[in-house]
Amino acid sequence: MTDKQPSADARIEQARALLAALERGDDESADRILDDIGRVRETLMFQEVGKLTRQLHDTLANFSLDERIADLTENEIPDAKERLNYVITMTEQAANTTLNAVESILPFAESLREQSNELSAQWQRFRQREMPYEEFKSLTQDLAQYFDVSAGHLQTIQHSLTEVLMAQGFQDLTGQIIRRVIKLVQDLEHSLVELIRISGRRFKPSGDSVPETKSEPLGPAVPGVDKNTVQNQDDVDSLLSSLGF
Amino acid sequence: MKILVVDDFSTMRRIIRNLLRELGFNNIFEADDGQSALPKLQSGGIDFLITDWNMPGMTGIDLLRAVRADPNLAQLPVLMVTAEAKRDQIVEAAQAGVNGYVIKPFTAATLQEKIEKIFERLEA
Repeated sequence: MTDKQPSADARIEQARALLAALERGDDESADRILDDIGRVRETLMFQEVGKLTRQLHDTLANFSLDERIADLTENEIPDAKERLNYVITMTEQAANTTLNAVESILPFAESLREQSNELSAQWQRFRQREMPYEEFKSLTQDLAQYFDVSAGHLQTIQHSLTEVLMAQGFQDLTGQIIRRVIKLVQDLEHSLVELIRISGRRFKPSGDSVPETKSEPLGPAVPGVDKNTVQNQDDVDSLLSSLGF
Repeated sequence: MKILVVDDFSTMRRIIRNLLRELGFNNIFEADDGQSALPKLQSGGIDFLITDWNMPGMTGIDLLRAVRADPNLAQLPVLMVTAEAKRDQIVEAAQAGVNGYVIKPFTAATLQEKIEKIFERLEA
């Protein structure tokens, strides 16, 4: 395909051939010569369109980078603040849950220890046959009562320990949120570096400069920030049951 | 009953492991993402899979799809325990063939209920 303006000689040659063909009434040749001339024009036009398209593409790429930065500053940075505040709330809740559970366990553990020390001393005397019958009778009652009370105390302790266990889930959840904020900071840094490259050296941004986060997992939903999320297990259950689960 | 617990946070794996022990399950294995979980599943013997969604390497939803696509594992019961809370994601997991979905943070009672429900259904 011709990719340059043909020389003047070639054009004069074409014009002469066209004139000759018309004069001798050879319409077929005349049409073919006209098509050839037109094709050269078209090729040049396509090249121009190509150049324009390239410029438009680069401009749009820069524009989308600008958009990304605008989105980061307008939406994601304020969101990140909310997310980090939520991390503080969650860690505080977990610490309080743990402290409450420990504070509720300690008196039970203390009273169990005191009672078992007392009973153990009495039991020792019984084993050494130093105990009168009347006192032994009351010891058996004390023992029976101790078994009842300790079963209840130990159940409470077990329950509180499970609460402490579950409260540690905050580490996973806040970890996921913090990771997301770290990624945001990296995105922002990357976009700013890219912006400096463009404005400084007129480079076009590389293809991967606009990070795509949409298809990735999102981590825990943060109240007031994340939309179209379920609020709790009941929401999950009703959604699943609507799907036939 | 051998159970594989997959989560990238070791604290969460310990929580689930302890809860399972309270429920009477003692044969528990762990993996920190789909990539390390899949060979463990493929080598056989695992009866139940509990997995997180958001993990580096291979995510839980991709692990679920890989399990369902493997003829030897396709019937394996899978419980997802995750913080992913978008409605679309729960629908996605259901379509990929999950047997149960527990949203973090969860309670010991919820985990127990969902596990029991899965086994009830399998026996029915």
